[in-house]
Amino acid sequence: MNTLDQLSRILSRSQTIAVVGLSAEWHRPSFFASKYMQDHSYRIVPVNPRYAKTGTDVLGEHCYADLADIPFAVDMVDVFRRSEDVLPIARQAIAMGARCLWQQIGVVNEEADQLVRQAGMDSVMNRCVKIEHGRLFGGLNLVGVSTGIISAKRRLTKA
Amino acid sequence: MADHQFQPETLAIHAGQVPDAATGARALPIYQTSSFVFDSADHAASLFNLQTFGNVYSRLSNPTVAALEERVAALEGGRAGLASASGMASEAMALMTILQQGDHVVAAGALYGGSVTMLAVNLKRFGIDTTFVDATEPAAFAAAMQPNTRAVFAESLGNPSLTVLDIAAVADVAHAHGVPLIVDNTVPSPFLCNPLRFGADVVVHSATKYLGGHGTTLGGVMVEAGTFPWDNGKFPGMTEPSPGYHGVKFYETFGDFGFSMRARMEVLRVYGACLSPFSAWQILQGTESLHVRMERHCSNARKVAQFLKDDARVSWVSYPGLPDHPQYDLVQRQMRSVDGLPGASGLLAFGIQGGLEAGVRFIEAAQFMSHLANIGDTRTLIIHPASTTHRQLEPEQQIKAGVMPDMVRMSVGIEHIDDILWDIDQALRAGTRS
Repeated sequence: MNTLDQLSRILSRSQTIAVVGLSAEWHRPSFFASKYMQDHSYRIVPVNPRYAKTGTDVLGEHCYADLADIPFAVDMVDVFRRSEDVLPIARQAIAMGARCLWQQIGVVNEEADQLVRQAGMDSVMNRCVKIEHGRLFGGLNLVGVSTGIISAKRRLTKA
Repeated sequence: MADHQFQPETLAIHAGQVPDAATGARALPIYQTSSFVFDSADHAASLFNLQTFGNVYSRLSNPTVAALEERVAALEGGRAGLASASGMASEAMALMTILQQGDHVVAAGALYGGSVTMLAVNLKRFGIDTTFVDATEPAAFAAAMQPNTRAVFAESLGNPSLTVLDIAAVADVAHAHGVPLIVDNTVPSPFLCNPLRFGADVVVHSATKYLGGHGTTLGGVMVEAGTFPWDNGKFPGMTEPSPGYHGVKFYETFGDFGFSMRARMEVLRVYGACLSPFSAWQILQGTESLHVRMERHCSNARKVAQFLKDDARVSWVSYPGLPDHPQYDLVQRQMRSVDGLPGASGLLAFGIQGGLEAGVRFIEAAQFMSHLANIGDTRTLIIHPASTTHRQLEPEQQIKAGVMPDMVRMSVGIEHIDDILWDIDQALRAGTRS
């Protein structure tokens, strides 16, 4: 389990997020989450062979077929794939020097989690990057979700 | 910011409200505005697509109302809350989010009269049938389940029957049939009982009662646990693209708060029973003292119940906090203890020697106990349900709802107990004078 402090630190120091399995269909959760993060000043790097093949941009960004194809550094690898497919993605994330592997809600690969932790990276499992951002920095509370935030300090509005 | 498990007393004051980001205001600002500006056309599109969190129009969401939603969700131990204009609106919203024509509900017979009418008359008009069963018999719920049953509805503590729902047992029945248990938790308030912890899936409240506590303001809140598997095949409206909200799949997109989001976008937004920001603010002023008030309501009601039980002018008393209540064990199991005894809330019922006429004389003779149709006020309130709150029901429906012809319902307030007992005593004297 990640603490509030850990999640806050991960989201604050990440700027570039490679989203593995990002869909170009606007009503898919991966598109929702990535559009949200883009709206909150993160750079989204789509990774999906389906769109890379045809040279289709997603969310206005060039889409890569594979993490290894990305020619620049990314801070976080955000995974919208089945749990059993995460391990090779984790290995690539380590190899490319990412600082965090984030497995989305419903994605739980303990081995990948162990692996990236041993490599000194941050690891988050079974959480949504958008929901956690909205919980910590405001927004999620606007739809009545219990954020668990009890504080007498103003909410930070930016990661 | 450190992780910590906060107690209900702290949540009642803090949950849902950190100091205002814009101004630093410590108390909750009242965002009395119908609408909110968009930063750009793209921002507007993201908001309408639900891709970003934010406010559009106060019928959908409002920051002051959201503070109440989160506070009650936190107090109930739930995932998300949704406020509305009254308790009835919240109940309607919980049911209408998942029900459609041809569906069936299994409901406790002992319900608030307005709830019985909603199910038996109003939802029936839309092709939704309800079977009412004995709320004290989990087996009766099981026996009434049909292939088209889509919800089980009951009150944690029946008003005014004061029957207690075995929440875990009835939740098991509902879940065995793949449907959610929706519990009206108005009478205990979230301080005394948390139905979600016993397996209920959705809780509804009339916030007009103990949550507000001051009897000034109407409101309702619905809370979801976030644990019901809406993709079990019985709730296509939760899993299929929404025709009412441009193809959003609510469960896939919002997961453990998908039910609340669908309720917000497909029921609150469409039918419009939203809570005003000013009302939300007023209710929250009361919620901050919920725990202190509930302890006093419980201790006063226990003393009133004992006083009535010992009084020869009274023919019967029903109070779940008395050891002779038939479900006292369940009360001990499900409700918070107050001063070492089960906190059974402030509601009790009794009959006076001389029946209905004596009861009416008692009510009219009260000096400061108020004769009105509400509960959960700081003031002591009294009423004759058979001729008022349950008047729309047929006599046999009244009996099913636990309303005896001679029943006087009392919502014991937090005035000094000696004064309450004094007023009861002098009114009993007038009531039983022949």
